[in-house]
Amino acid sequence: MRYIPNSPVERAEMLAAIGLGSAEELFDSIPETLRLRGLLNTPAALSEIELLSRFEEMAARNAGARRTTFLGAGAYSHYIPTIVDHIISRSEFFTAYTPYQPEISQGTLQTIFEFQTLVCQLTGMEVANASMYDGSTGLAEAVLMSERVTRRSKIVASTSVHPEYLEVVKTYVQHAGIDLELIEFDDETGQAGATLAAAIDDETAAVVVQSPNFFGCVEDLTTLADAAHARGALLVVAITEAISLGLLKPPGACGADIVVAEGQSFGVPLSFGGPYVGLFATREKYARQIPGRLVGEAYDKQGRRGFVLTLATREQHIRREKATSNICTNEGLIALAATVYLETMGRRGIQEVAQQCLQKTAYASQRIAQLPGFSLPFSGPRFNEFVVRGPIAASDLLSRLAGEKEIEGGIALSRFFPDLKSDFLVCVTETNTRAQIDALIEALTSLFANKTAGTQP
Amino acid sequence: MTSEITKVTTHLSPNEQLIFERSQKGRIGYRLPPLDVEEMSLDKLIPRNFQRDDDLESMPEVSEVDVIRHFVRMSTWNYSIDLGMYPLGSCTMKYNSRLNERVARIPGFANLHPLTDERDSQGALQVIYELQQHLIEITGLPEISLQPAAGAHGEMTGIMIIRAFLDARDGEAASKRRTMLIPDSAHGTNPASAHLSGFSVKTIKSTSEGLTDLDHLRELCAHGDVAGLMLTNPNTLGLFERNIQEICQIVHAAGGLVYMDGANMNALVGVARPGDMGVDVIHLNLHKTFSTPHGGGGPGSGPCCCTKALAPFLPVPRIVKSGESYRLDYDQPQSIGRVKAFFGNYGMMLRALSYILTHGNDGLREATEAAVLNSRYIAKGLTGTYEKPFNSPPMHEVVFTDKLQARKGVHTLDIAKRLIDYGFHPMTIYFPLIVQGAMLIEPTESVGRQELDQFIAAMKMIAGEALENPELVLTAPHTTRIGRLDEAAAARKPVLRWKPKAKADAA
Amino acid sequence: MANVPEDLHYSKDHEWVRVEGDSAVIGITDYAQDSLGDVVYVELPKTGEKFSANESFGSVESVKAVSEVFTPVSGEVGKINETLADEPEKVNTDPYGDGWMIRVRMSSPGEVDSLLTAAEYEDFTKAETE
Repeated sequence: MRYIPNSPVERAEMLAAIGLGSAEELFDSIPETLRLRGLLNTPAALSEIELLSRFEEMAARNAGARRTTFLGAGAYSHYIPTIVDHIISRSEFFTAYTPYQPEISQGTLQTIFEFQTLVCQLTGMEVANASMYDGSTGLAEAVLMSERVTRRSKIVASTSVHPEYLEVVKTYVQHAGIDLELIEFDDETGQAGATLAAAIDDETAAVVVQSPNFFGCVEDLTTLADAAHARGALLVVAITEAISLGLLKPPGACGADIVVAEGQSFGVPLSFGGPYVGLFATREKYARQIPGRLVGEAYDKQGRRGFVLTLATREQHIRREKATSNICTNEGLIALAATVYLETMGRRGIQEVAQQCLQKTAYASQRIAQLPGFSLPFSGPRFNEFVVRGPIAASDLLSRLAGEKEIEGGIALSRFFPDLKSDFLVCVTETNTRAQIDALIEALTSLFANKTAGTQP
Repeated sequence: MTSEITKVTTHLSPNEQLIFERSQKGRIGYRLPPLDVEEMSLDKLIPRNFQRDDDLESMPEVSEVDVIRHFVRMSTWNYSIDLGMYPLGSCTMKYNSRLNERVARIPGFANLHPLTDERDSQGALQVIYELQQHLIEITGLPEISLQPAAGAHGEMTGIMIIRAFLDARDGEAASKRRTMLIPDSAHGTNPASAHLSGFSVKTIKSTSEGLTDLDHLRELCAHGDVAGLMLTNPNTLGLFERNIQEICQIVHAAGGLVYMDGANMNALVGVARPGDMGVDVIHLNLHKTFSTPHGGGGPGSGPCCCTKALAPFLPVPRIVKSGESYRLDYDQPQSIGRVKAFFGNYGMMLRALSYILTHGNDGLREATEAAVLNSRYIAKGLTGTYEKPFNSPPMHEVVFTDKLQARKGVHTLDIAKRLIDYGFHPMTIYFPLIVQGAMLIEPTESVGRQELDQFIAAMKMIAGEALENPELVLTAPHTTRIGRLDEAAAARKPVLRWKPKAKADAA
Repeated sequence: MANVPEDLHYSKDHEWVRVEGDSAVIGITDYAQDSLGDVVYVELPKTGEKFSANESFGSVESVKAVSEVFTPVSGEVGKINETLADEPEKVNTDPYGDGWMIRVRMSSPGEVDSLLTAAEYEDFTKAETE
């Protein structure tokens, strides 16, 4: 097997050198009854050529990957500069281990320090960690952290937060003695609405909101922050489309206490849902309550600056059951990809991508709104996603767009909200050209716009 | 202390600053096509008070050349598997195949949105399903979820499943069963994960042989409050728990379940199966046993496998096969719920499937044999030079201590730092906690004999230096870009981000 | 050899107690700070908090370890050593003086009698290291 350096002959010599007659004897401490008699019932080895052929065949059956796409809802199509993959493919980055030995891991450590800084700059917060698995688990950890910080056990969250994120939070808190209360969003604006702030009381550890939210609407974070702080509660803000930070007021400037975001928009491929990267940022005074790894500046005896994993006593390998989290491996290489993306696009590029997303979305949404039988049910301001209400069941509409026009037009909301049968979520990014948007409008027109609103197929 | 790195060699490479210190106003590293729709006034689209007004000041402005040089220079400061062996016990630092990287980048997978209709993502779902089948075969446990994103995440999932099973089985009485037993040699994620599921932790002693103390286990199980036992097999000392079947029987008889931390599967694949041992639930580390890259700290993937009895509690959605097509099954009313958005770290699943197919069933067995052989070879080579606290033959990893060297004031940390001067990454140090001055060594199958001999020679040299020239070892490393860092000062006054000069002065 | 002042009382968890009237000043011993290594952070309770004997009142962190600290006597916290927030290293350099942690108004002064004397503590730590 070509990945095993020692040939069978060398291995036989090594066995002899340690006084064993056969490889089987290596497993003498395993009871005979447990040892497998033959080989596993898994396939025989494939050569590179055969293997690639098998995977290409499977990939070819993913028609969704080839189509013009307007899909969002927590995973976004943005252009990834060529340089990103080139850098993360360097041996020294992707085959490196966690930087526990700082003297020979300064490459990894310095890039994480830059990542932490960039996250703070974008979110407007004071301190950020080295990454969480993704936005959804980051949100769950933020909820657990709120309980630790405030010593209160009630969480109030809007149903305009990504439904899968809320599911993950529910899973994490089920045995933590935390009471999760979900407040229905305002179905006129599509925003969280005044009922969310009204639900905060003196038992509330944190109020959780997403902005832009699941429906693409931008939330009034400042008002919510004030309402939370007036009762001694924290404001936790989740963000699924991180590129929005290039244009929208950062949660830190609005008074957020903890910000969690999905960083996939920063140079990370869609890859059918993972690996992604969770950004986690908070106020300096809570630094010792943060989950996950932290990289800090340090100096050696000659006064040379370096970086090191620090405040490790929060973590599982030291504090064990009292740790701030059980997280060990996080998303190192993906955080690196995000770092390369953000530094390549830079101050101007991040803003320009955000601007193009906003403008193209406005162009698309306005034209769709004008089609007979179509409307935009939510009035709140939007960034790059918006909900469309169509004349027939959204799942059928989208199915026809895909099959007949090779366009992934959006995501049917009925997947998450069974009552919203006619609604679907459309996302437009800088990768969608005017021609593609016009083609979507044209397809909606020719296939559906002659039907009267409300007609079921 | 100065924050400017003084030139220590003739090349800029070791002196590469932070990107923010490199940044120059006006530099550009990208180009987008011009906006091709009519531009509307920003204020009409987003209310003024929701807009960002800081122009992203202090964010970097660099050219593409700056970015390339910046990262390539920093990369030269890293050790990596491609450079040489990492003898890190418990980490399984094996070769990260380039072919796996190519597979993960196939556009039909890389460009696929997770919410694409099932009908148009059948190939992607097939990958998940096939990997599930192979991991089921490898572990001997019939049910599985690939949703957890890392080992600790899979562990949390496994323990939550145990909790859900007991609550369903025992109803009210389950509230008396909230103790999780953990060996004193356990990895730190174990108690942390137990805590997340509302369990408290009791520690089981190890025998002088390094194995689980069966009498102590029986004693603790007799209390009637045991929800389960978390163990690693081979354990964190590299020793196979030969009484594993009896251990499982004791716990089952007491009404509890057995969770196995699958971190050490590299000693078992193709040789023995946790399911056959009586284990109820296990997590795997695709970034260990199945070679997906460590990436400087992730991404990982931590599938959770379990018995049929525990299957109803697995996370949703389950990926199932219906006739010739693959489906997402959300109809699992007893599920513990989602542990992550979407399906898990899909890119790592592609790589792991590629690993399994590249090795083939004979290659998988061969890898396990080679891994254990390499570890045994090092064990023999270092016996006598370093204290080996346990006599039983080690499996894929072996533990030594610094006892012989400590007499001269040289400790495990110093030996580890000196090993860097010999061109190796240090082994795992001070773990497991039950061995004082522990050095846990796991070479994996990816190391050739010559390199093993070099490692043994280096360790012998250091042992000699510890006696004859301890100062050299105590002040190591000497050949790296920076020396030992003052971690205490870093932890007292943590500086966790760069700040622009004016802000930093004001702070 | 660790320093073990004669005039103090000691617990098996390596805390010391100095009795001043009906109050007890509490910290960790020289032996404890030496095992921990460079202290980087001390977590202390708020004044007014009440603890029973042997309850944890906070923790001490070094770079690689964290240890809970337990009060050997019951009572209410009257004062805490706020200087440890900026200079946690005092626990290393002067564990019995400037490294003091909390001052407790004792609710059962008699509890002091069941603590170890300096000699008993010294024997105890010798036995632990063997």
